[in-house]
Amino acid sequence: MSAAPQKAKAGAEKIEVIVKAVVPLNDLVTRFEFERRGGALFPPFSGGAHTVVEMQDGERTRLNPYSLMSDPSDRTTYAISVRRDDEGRGGSLFLHNHVKVGDVMTITFPVNLFSLDLRAKKHLFFAGGIGITPFMAMIEQLEHMNGNWELHYACRSESLGTYVDVLSYKYPNKVHVYYDDQKQAIALEDLLDGQPLGTNAYVCGPKGMIDWVHATASAAGWPDANVHSEEFLAPAPGEPFEVRLCQSDKTITVGEHESLLEAIERAGVEAPFLCRGGSCGQCETDVVSYDGDFVHRDHWLDDEEHASGKKIMPCVSRFVGKQLELDR
Amino acid sequence: MSKFEFPPAIKSRPVYGTLEARTGKHHLMIADAEGAEAILEIATPELMAKSHIIYIPKGADYGDKLRALQPAQYYEGPSYAASVQRIRHVLANAHMGLQIYLTGTEGLMGQAQNEAMQAGFPHTAIQTEHRGSVARRMQCVHCKGITEEVETDPFVCSHCGLNLFVRDHYSRRLAAYQGVCIDAEDPGNVPEPKGIYE
Repeated sequence: MSAAPQKAKAGAEKIEVIVKAVVPLNDLVTRFEFERRGGALFPPFSGGAHTVVEMQDGERTRLNPYSLMSDPSDRTTYAISVRRDDEGRGGSLFLHNHVKVGDVMTITFPVNLFSLDLRAKKHLFFAGGIGITPFMAMIEQLEHMNGNWELHYACRSESLGTYVDVLSYKYPNKVHVYYDDQKQAIALEDLLDGQPLGTNAYVCGPKGMIDWVHATASAAGWPDANVHSEEFLAPAPGEPFEVRLCQSDKTITVGEHESLLEAIERAGVEAPFLCRGGSCGQCETDVVSYDGDFVHRDHWLDDEEHASGKKIMPCVSRFVGKQLELDR
Repeated sequence: MSKFEFPPAIKSRPVYGTLEARTGKHHLMIADAEGAEAILEIATPELMAKSHIIYIPKGADYGDKLRALQPAQYYEGPSYAASVQRIRHVLANAHMGLQIYLTGTEGLMGQAQNEAMQAGFPHTAIQTEHRGSVARRMQCVHCKGITEEVETDPFVCSHCGLNLFVRDHYSRRLAAYQGVCIDAEDPGNVPEPKGIYE
């Protein structure tokens, strides 16, 4: 992964949008289409980019990242497709239950942590469930430039195969769908074998699938640089804990169902962030002192940094112990 | 003695490592002159059964030893220029799972790396090991001509005849270091040439 964007501020620039359409796709997934307030065009984005959607849920401000899945060449519309997570922290439920056509919302400028490597001779996509969303935009981008791609998409069942109909209709020879309930599985080893030199693989889906693709490719001699993945983590709940913010001279308590980053923001302290999912590196925070154990969950810091006790990614990681002081 | 300890330099200067056998479906090994020694050091029958060696002896006498390793394919070329067609052909028909090993002079490694990159192979995944001559492949920044096998600093551009200072600034695209006119301000005032690392 490349270095984090250099600016350290709270989130990307914001855009006011109006909800143009709410399109239920199946029992779990709904597409939300936005147009820019005032009718201006959206900034261009590249396939794989995400936006952070701000949701005003009563007293609480929710900020969740979603991949942009509309055609990147269509600057009149941004669209996201959201899977309802009944056991999640509530962001997807809020979108499903409360957002209606005509609502005004705030989203951020697109940020891409999962872009196509345009030097690739071929792009091999692996999607699991709702992990299909970034590939929808990547496929449109590649189709405009006659790119060489192939999609392998694993879904739970036909009824939950989000966009299978559209994709199979438009690209019958490039899209391969596998249904779990029909005992169909991606023959990964065979698929990786014999791909032309310069093929890049991309995987978006559950953690197990991401690890599986990385490990299988690596064992087949694929360079790490040719295998790309994206997984946004939602902050996990945990025991409440107290944190001292030494720059701001404040002591805060992180609740069971909020992230450390959210607790910092709730206390009125401005903290940098971009993805809020443990991927971008923007919220990296120095630890001044601690007595206890970190629960690191990010994809940003390496194992050595996790063990050092000197840094934490407050968007997804927590702490269990007596005392924690951060340089924020 | 074919190994040379390069002095610390600016970030632009390539850093070479030590070859190791890696997991892969196929192995492409490209070497010139003493680079053969690095291949001999990692060769095992299992590795050689899946290896294609392209060797440019440049007068060195390792051909028989490499052949005796019984690689799956072996090619010996009279020069890099004569071998590059084969390198391109191999890369164009290669599949993922290929491992690439480059060893020998900087000019050989740089140019072969460039071919691999153009074939879509990331340069970070290419293994290199320097062996033999420390001569550099230089590009004159004035006339853009390439002078091969430069051993002294300064040297005379083989294309435009300017006196060039050997810099550590390196281009992966050109597979060459940058040579800059050393007497532009005061024509004729050229220091005595000496070895690049002297």
